[in-house]
Amino acid sequence: MTPNLHLWLIPVLPLVGAAINGLFGKRFSRQTIAAIALGFSGAAFAMALWVATHASLLPVLENLAPWIRAGDFQVDFAFYLDQLSLVMLLVVTGVGFLIHIYSVGYMWEEGGFYRFFAYLNLFMFFMLTLVLASNYLVMFIGWEGVGLASYLLIGFWFTKDSAASAGKKAFIVNRIGDFGFLIALFLMIKHFGSLNFVQVFRIVSGLPTEAAGAGLLTAVGLLLMVGAAGKSAQIPLYVWLPDAMEGPTPVSALIHAATMVTAGVYMVARSHAIFDRAPQALMVVAIIGTLTALFAATIGICQTDIKKVLAYSTISQLGYMFMACGVAAYSAGIFHLMTHAFFKGLLFLAAGSVIHAVGGEQDMRRMGGLRHHIPWTFWTMTAATFAIAGFPPFAGFFSKDAILWRAYSSPYGNWVYWAIGVFTAFLTSFYMFRLWFLTFFGEYRGAAAANPGDEHSHSSTDSRAGAPAPHGHIHESPRIMLVPLVILAVLSVCGGWVGIERFDKFLSPTFHAGATVYSAEEVTASTPEPEPKEHGGSEALFTGISVLAAASGLFLAWLLYSRRPQLPREIARALGSFYEAVVHKYYVDEIYAAVFVKPLIDGSTRVLWQGIDRDVIDATLDNSAEGAREVSDAVRHMQSGNLRSYAGWIAAGAAALIAYMIWMGTR
Amino acid sequence: MVPLSYYLVLSGILFACGVAGFLIKRNIITIFMSIELMLNGVNLSFVAFAAQWHALSGQVFVFFVMVVAAAESAVGLAIIIAVYRTRGTLNVDQVDLLKL
Repeated sequence: MTPNLHLWLIPVLPLVGAAINGLFGKRFSRQTIAAIALGFSGAAFAMALWVATHASLLPVLENLAPWIRAGDFQVDFAFYLDQLSLVMLLVVTGVGFLIHIYSVGYMWEEGGFYRFFAYLNLFMFFMLTLVLASNYLVMFIGWEGVGLASYLLIGFWFTKDSAASAGKKAFIVNRIGDFGFLIALFLMIKHFGSLNFVQVFRIVSGLPTEAAGAGLLTAVGLLLMVGAAGKSAQIPLYVWLPDAMEGPTPVSALIHAATMVTAGVYMVARSHAIFDRAPQALMVVAIIGTLTALFAATIGICQTDIKKVLAYSTISQLGYMFMACGVAAYSAGIFHLMTHAFFKGLLFLAAGSVIHAVGGEQDMRRMGGLRHHIPWTFWTMTAATFAIAGFPPFAGFFSKDAILWRAYSSPYGNWVYWAIGVFTAFLTSFYMFRLWFLTFFGEYRGAAAANPGDEHSHSSTDSRAGAPAPHGHIHESPRIMLVPLVILAVLSVCGGWVGIERFDKFLSPTFHAGATVYSAEEVTASTPEPEPKEHGGSEALFTGISVLAAASGLFLAWLLYSRRPQLPREIARALGSFYEAVVHKYYVDEIYAAVFVKPLIDGSTRVLWQGIDRDVIDATLDNSAEGAREVSDAVRHMQSGNLRSYAGWIAAGAAALIAYMIWMGTR
Repeated sequence: MVPLSYYLVLSGILFACGVAGFLIKRNIITIFMSIELMLNGVNLSFVAFAAQWHALSGQVFVFFVMVVAAAESAVGLAIIIAVYRTRGTLNVDQVDLLKL
């Protein structure tokens, strides 16, 4: 009998906060709202820490109540905590709590303060449900719930058309992914008769590896990947994430960088037993991850909106995580997930602080030279930038290096993954330092320097309507926003020191089933690697190469954006149409609009609305009503109001009746 | 003994007179009297059959008809008075407010 950890309290605490703020928050003062939101999310974090001290008890299964029983099939409301979900739990509650603190400062001037925190707490509830779920269906509740919270928060400034449609876009694109996820669940119910993680994985681990022909496990794996691609913004479903930057910046940090978008990675890692036995599905995961990493990084180079750069960077980093999962290096993927949550959360929060400082401006071309004005933001952002670029000893270096090394050395790995990964690391470093130089170095090019008249023509997408125009007084953010920045900066620096080996070991109970699969003899049997994989010396070489890539990215960014700022324009001109394509994000949105959205709208308009609804359903009703009207038009003349004519009708009717009866009688 | 057919013919003539009066006359009072005529035509056939078949039910029916006719004339005359008060006429062709 294990002691009761009361896991259910962890998700329910933020839910209580959301309920209180959502139902009664309108009447509370801002202080009260902030206290409630911080109290409940902080309590969840404290619970998570307390649970973490009982790590020796893992894994823990907590069965709350039966939910669905149909014959042998049973689904319970149950929570499951093992090493993997513990890592996620700490990341979600920890980073979530810090971002709650930051939001108090960031959103203080905004209307709908209570609404914001109610949504934020609601998001925490669903995310924790997702992480702690003990079966796929409870996970699916959280999965859908975070999508809902994401929709609500992207569209937080719902009076703005672009924000409202960005929310819808995120929701609809996620539906496509959820469709795949659901089909995968149905397949599991049909073939395994259970959705419970433990049971499903036990059944799956009894099945042989589907090396040659693709079968059930491959199908399930691919469908799960469709779901993960939707939630974690991978090719081809990544399009919603850049638009999601319409939401408030803390939301971008919490949901669209640190936690929700990593749910797909978590789900793939959780389902590792399935993927381990479906190498084709695993390969698809790796290819999608690698391509996404590269693709998003190239787009990120040409973005000018500070949040859009970070959005594409997030997509790219998520690609790394999927690359890691795709080569069965799940712990490396989760390791990167954790460090990424630190430094990308910090990058977004710092970007929010920058936006706050310059009065709502998000275009980097209109920033510059901010490092003296906002030193705290500058130094924390510097830590995060070096971390994401992969410089030792920052956190990102360890996790990215682990992924790149595994991408090459894993039995599922390939030097192509590694090469693209290193090139992407170079691009990452380049665009991040481009952002860094453009924002913090050089001369200030913002509203004070430019013509004040066109201030609104380049209006920011972050509608901080109440924020005053900067006009010379660029100000550092309040302390409540700086404290989370500093904490996250420390984590961005130190978060990787735990090292992949220790992390790997910590997670090994979760991934143990996987470890037996790629044991030595299977490696030699199933990998088509031309060269034998050496550890030790070559690993150091690979590390050196990736650090070199990061350093060259830094150098190039310095050259182009600090040393010779006119050079980028010349390069852009030289590249011509290719540059245009990248600036327009490879026209993917346009292609989707032409291929999917427009046919759907046209089909809905012409066939469903004008064809079926108007010409069939409405027409049936209209025509029958019209017919009734015409008939009554014809017979209404009988009703003349003349009493004697009525009497005449009655007499005629009676006579006809009598004649009929006589006729019947004489037959 | 008068044959049954005589009664029935008389009853039919009375009823037809009633119908004709009902259709032709314009004065409500006259129409009302035509209705009474029709009722009594029917009553005559009832009692004729009752006498023919030695069954009492026909005669009972006649009493019922009389009661109903009395009640009807009470209500009907009240309506006629009300119509006269509001419309100032007893001509049914002018009482046509229900016309479209």
